Amino acid sequence: MITFKMDRRKLKVDEEVSILEAARDAGVYIPTLCHHPALEPTGACRLCIVELERNGRKSHVASCVTPVEEGIVVRTDTPAVRDIRRTLLDLLIARCPDVGILRKLAEPLGIKESAFSPENEICFLCGICVRACREIVGVEAIGFAQRGIESRVLPPFERPSSRCIGCGTCTTVCPARTFDLAKVDAVVALHGEGEDNRVRRCIVCEEHYS
Amino acid sequence: MRRVSDIADLEKAREEILRGRDPDAPMVAVCCGTGCVACGGVKVVDAFREELESRGLSSKVTLLATGCHGFCERGPLVVVRPAGILYQQTKPSDVAEIIETSIEGDGIVERLLYVDLSTGERIQREEDVPFYRHQKRLVLDRNGIIDPTSIDDYVATGGYASLAKALGSMTPDGVVGEVKKSGLRGRGGAGFPTGLKWELCRKSPGETRYLICNADEGDPGAYMDRSILEGNPHSVLEGMLIGGYALGAREGFIYVREEYPLAVSHFSKALTAAEEAGLLGEDILGTDFSFSVTISRGAGAFVCGEETALMASIEGREGRPRPRPPYPAESGLWGCPTNINNVETWANVPRIVEKGGKWYASLGTDQSKGTKIFSLVGKVVNTGLIEVPMGMSLRDIVFKIGGGVPGGKAFKAVQSGGPSGGCIPESLIDLPVDFEALAEAGAIMGSGGLIVMDEDTCMVDVARYFVNFLQEESCGKCTPCREGIKRMGEILTDIVEARGKAGDIERLEQLAYVIREASLCGLGKTAPNPVLTTIRYFRDEYESHVLHKRCPAKVCKAMIVYRVVADRCTGCQRCVKACPVDAISGPRSQPHNVDLEKCIKCGACYEVCKFDAIAGDAIYIE
Repeated sequence: MITFKMDRRKLKVDEEVSILEAARDAGVYIPTLCHHPALEPTGACRLCIVELERNGRKSHVASCVTPVEEGIVVRTDTPAVRDIRRTLLDLLIARCPDVGILRKLAEPLGIKESAFSPENEICFLCGICVRACREIVGVEAIGFAQRGIESRVLPPFERPSSRCIGCGTCTTVCPARTFDLAKVDAVVALHGEGEDNRVRRCIVCEEHYS
Repeated sequence: MRRVSDIADLEKAREEILRGRDPDAPMVAVCCGTGCVACGGVKVVDAFREELESRGLSSKVTLLATGCHGFCERGPLVVVRPAGILYQQTKPSDVAEIIETSIEGDGIVERLLYVDLSTGERIQREEDVPFYRHQKRLVLDRNGIIDPTSIDDYVATGGYASLAKALGSMTPDGVVGEVKKSGLRGRGGAGFPTGLKWELCRKSPGETRYLICNADEGDPGAYMDRSILEGNPHSVLEGMLIGGYALGAREGFIYVREEYPLAVSHFSKALTAAEEAGLLGEDILGTDFSFSVTISRGAGAFVCGEETALMASIEGREGRPRPRPPYPAESGLWGCPTNINNVETWANVPRIVEKGGKWYASLGTDQSKGTKIFSLVGKVVNTGLIEVPMGMSLRDIVFKIGGGVPGGKAFKAVQSGGPSGGCIPESLIDLPVDFEALAEAGAIMGSGGLIVMDEDTCMVDVARYFVNFLQEESCGKCTPCREGIKRMGEILTDIVEARGKAGDIERLEQLAYVIREASLCGLGKTAPNPVLTTIRYFRDEYESHVLHKRCPAKVCKAMIVYRVVADRCTGCQRCVKACPVDAISGPRSQPHNVDLEKCIKCGACYEVCKFDAIAGDAIYIE
């Protein structure tokens, strides 16, 4: 067991638990976008940033990929932490002005409109779909193409991927609902020419599945 | 070189090589580093070969095509030994005269000597040229005297003796201890203590361990790693072999850019030669130590110089960094303990084993030991590659070795550490160059790029250049680096294109803070440095751009207008002819006019005007 402090509370948790997991178990709110409990953490969105004090030295770390350690002090809601989260959401909202989850996270931080000129993206590159396809489905039909601001989630070489089994996992895990299963075109464009990956509609609940 | 059977046999093999050589025989060393090759170095070598042959001197004179000598500004360089005469900016047509005068005779070809600009004196010997005189070369010392493709040359100059010493008389822990004692710190940028890194990896549990040599040099204007690999590949390999022995690794990788064909070629040849000589592969030097090295070529992504992205790339995955911990020392390549060092770090290792950690620690400053190679480029008289003891002042580097700023211009700043480094202003020119002092000034040592800037450099434009570079090279994984750098770039572009708004400087500072604090890897964490240091030291320049729409250095085109000063213009028509868009008109012998609608602000008129009649001037825009 490891004992450490989080926002003035003393916590006792198992080894190899991340700060984020410890916080969630203790009911401490830390916002995240790229975290998914079923997937390996990747530390991409950086919204889960917290202040970590270790041996008297303070730094900011992404809590999803930082394991707890004996004697550390974690502060999840300092002015600096809020400031960093606000700027990150500001940047993401500028990229994806119409994505609901970003709006929802931004509201408590008092962001209505971004300070930057808006773009028209839907995907904010959290990578949950890519990791789910690799770690859960085990086929790696999609990945990141290009680099930096040009990064896109795509099948290799933007060609229909023969590895795709049309399971639709990517669409269901997407927090931005970038791939709407109902919009069959989008799914085919992403998946390509698997054997039978047509999207069907459930006659009971009327939701789409594949 | 023949195969070496055991440790003692290496010394015998060295003596055999030396016995076949006359130490007093004349030698011509022509620099064939990439810089000198670009200005004709290979043609000079060919000319020497033909000329020596036609004079029947081929067997009496040793002709060497060497790696980079460092004085790139003056290439192609030729050094005639044993006298050590340096001829600079040589051409194939000079070759016959050099042979006649300095090899067949004992004279000097005066016109090819280096002229010291400050004294007007012609300098004969390489070691007396100020560019070389103030350097201390531990790593680059053999670049000018060996053929990088010849293992004989390396062994003849004492090569692989450190490996033999380590295998023969030191324990692995002893080697790690010696490296720790030396105080050597990583030369790739972060400056992590190498000995400590080795110890952490050595102590990590696991059967298989890997070593990596990081040769993914990507900073604009930096070429120290390339020059070591091109000029002395065996020194890097020997360092890796010693590291392999010390850390209990059997396999090493070198991750090198595909854009470095000569470095790849020379290192491949070194691997083949070392294997044939029994210095690489199974049972090295007759011991039970075995080690192999694989060359892994990078496709040119800057971020792959970051260690976790580099390992992902070697494994065949996307070159994107992952969070640490776990550090490579615990879980690196394919989940095994891995030790990554930069080319220059590896090349320092044989020296440390040879002369001892204590000796190495006597060089440099309190916290930064040994020497450091810098590429000295930009607005400096002697551009080139230099190696100096840690702690030499920037002033000595720029003025004593670099010869100051050309064209009588004033020195303004040095960008240290590449795109993630910072601009150090004139007021800090006496700063000792070591890890601590540079960090305190807001810059970093980085891999050793030093870009000198003169008074004609606009610091906002410089910041924009580096931010644009980093924006293109960001991998795109984490939000602050991907989105934040892009937005910093937008603000900087607005400022230099005269669209700056009040509050822009503060917005840049805010973004810089978040990018530094929140980014995943070193690329993002250091990306704001150029912006933060230029704001810190040149805030008035930013304010001038934002508030008054003036670029004090007269660089930002959006803030410049070209107009004709009527009472100086003689109507000579030179500018009329020079203007590519016919924006200047006016009859001969009468003052001309610039049509501001047509003018593209290329400055061609300004360059050709002999009467200072074209005034490029920053103007105030309401």
